[in-house]
Amino acid sequence: MIIAKVVGTVVTTISHSAYKHRRLLVVQPLSFEGDSSGDFIALDNSHAGIGDTVLINREGGGARQVLEIKDAPVISVIVGIVDSVHIQE
Amino acid sequence: MLFGKVKGTAVCTQKYSGMEGIKLLVVQPMDKHLQPQGGLQVAADVVQAGPGDLCVMVRSREAALAMPEIKFVPVDLALVGIVDELQVRPDGEFDVKLKKGWNQYT
Repeated sequence: MIIAKVVGTVVTTISHSAYKHRRLLVVQPLSFEGDSSGDFIALDNSHAGIGDTVLINREGGGARQVLEIKDAPVISVIVGIVDSVHIQE
Repeated sequence: MLFGKVKGTAVCTQKYSGMEGIKLLVVQPMDKHLQPQGGLQVAADVVQAGPGDLCVMVRSREAALAMPEIKFVPVDLALVGIVDELQVRPDGEFDVKLKKGWNQYT
C-alpha cells in the first residue's frame, strides 16, 4: 500500500462494468523528495476528493476483494483517507 | 492504472486461441499532464476506442481479466475506459513531500 495525494478527477462514460458507480481519481504518490512524477489512476472506494491524502492498495487480488467483484480488472483502489503520518526522525 | 492515447491499430491474423475478435490498438502511455511516458505499446481493447481517444489502461494480470469472455489470455495491457473529461491540478498546488516527524493532513 502507498500514501498518495489526489490531484485530479477522470470522467469516463464508456468503461468496463467494474468501473461503474465509482470515481476514477488521478493520484500522486508522496515521497521524501517531493517530486511530481510517478502519478497514476486509482479507483475510489472511500469517497475521497481532490486534495485528500489517501491510502492506496496497488495489487489486483486485494482490489478485487475490496470491490467484491470477481474478475474486476482493477489494480489501484483507494482504501482509506489518511489523517496523519509520523516518520521517525 | 494509467492513461494512454490511441495512436493506431495492430492487426494480427494469427492469434493465441481465446483472443479471436479482440481488437489490438497501438497506444502511447501518458502521465497526468498527458506527456508521453516511454515508448509505444500494444493494448487489447474492450471499450471500442478509436485513434485519438484518451483512455484508461490497466496492466498485468488484471488486463486479461478485462476481456469479455475468456479471461486466461496472454494480454498484459488493456483499455478499460474512454476519458471524456480530465481535470488535474497544477504541480506545486499540493505538498507531495513527506517530512520527518508528524505530517498532519486533516
